[in-house]
Amino acid sequence: MIAFFYPPLHDVDMIRGLAILLIFQSLGEGVTRFIHGLIPGPVMGMILLLAFLVLRKKIAPSIAVAADGLLAHLAIFFIPAAVGVMLYITTLKSAGAAWLLAILFSTAGAIAVTALLLKWVTKNPDDIAQTPDQPADQPIDSLS
Amino acid sequence: MNADSMSPPQLLPVGMTTGINNLAEIWVYLSATPLFGLTITLLAYVLADIVYQRTNRHPLANPVLIAVAMIIAVLTLTHTDYKTYFQGAQFVHFLLGTATVALAIPLARLWNELRARAIPLLIALFAGAATSVFVAVGIARLLDAPPLIVASLLPKSVTAPIAMAIAEQIGGSPTLAAVFTVCTGIIGALIVTPLLNLLGVRDWAARGFAIGVAAHGIGTARAYSVHPRAGAYASLGMGLHALLGAMVLPWVAKLVL
Repeated sequence: MIAFFYPPLHDVDMIRGLAILLIFQSLGEGVTRFIHGLIPGPVMGMILLLAFLVLRKKIAPSIAVAADGLLAHLAIFFIPAAVGVMLYITTLKSAGAAWLLAILFSTAGAIAVTALLLKWVTKNPDDIAQTPDQPADQPIDSLS
Repeated sequence: MNADSMSPPQLLPVGMTTGINNLAEIWVYLSATPLFGLTITLLAYVLADIVYQRTNRHPLANPVLIAVAMIIAVLTLTHTDYKTYFQGAQFVHFLLGTATVALAIPLARLWNELRARAIPLLIALFAGAATSVFVAVGIARLLDAPPLIVASLLPKSVTAPIAMAIAEQIGGSPTLAAVFTVCTGIIGALIVTPLLNLLGVRDWAARGFAIGVAAHGIGTARAYSVHPRAGAYASLGMGLHALLGAMVLPWVAKLVL
């Protein structure tokens, strides 16, 4: 009951952070319309927010809390669009296995090539070892 | 007034008797409101996530795959069409854009490290993107897929909105491109862990970046659930591939199609 009337600062912060994310999403949509580009609004919003955070050299805890909350369940946001596959099940069945094999092998190939190249091209593999598996999900206020 | 217009509208789903008339009416009402689509989306995700966590995040227990299968089964059983479902699900769908903006935060946290590794990352990105396009188009051609399918397959490793726009531009179908993009994401999330274990890539950065480049957001969601560092690199791979794809793929299509 007390928690209801006096919410911990975190809860208030999350809404503030969400508002900031929505502002950047709107900015992204606006810029995309303006330049008539192929880049979708949210991707543009991500670029603008990244530029803002890097220039400011600081991530406000409210933004971090909101973003980490959304990203912890990133998978759910793809479900409504993915259910749309049901409209094309018969089309895909009649199209044979070509598309499925093409997707399977090209995706496996892209994963393997990207990962192996990055492994080989990284000149100094020690720089990976120097940054151990620290959880990045704790809010970090400074970009030092 | 003829007798036909006086008869009550057909409200009951097939097989229901009038004995549970009230229940059926409540169902008809609820299933037509946005509440239905929204509720089954969240419920399916919660159940799928429980399965995912219980199996210790086994790649085959992919939450998107399980939730989508459950929802399609429910919609089929209840004779609900996708349009009605989406009236409720659109609220979740909308937040996909907000979550995309939120990907800036893990990137900002890694900014200094990313800047130092920019060139290796870009080389890996170009190679991965090229592999995705050429292998997909090559196999589809080899198996005599119709040109519409080939053109819709070409941008499938880029995030869905960009893939759809590119497909339309190069003579493919935007809706098919969206379907192929979703399939790519799910297949990528299913195979990435065993594949990279087999290849001996143990570094979270390389693993995450690869799945982000090859399987965009659904792959990134998998990376996030495994390790935050993999997730951050996956979002970088997805974002960079989105930018590269939007700029380059229309020209690549002219060369290979």
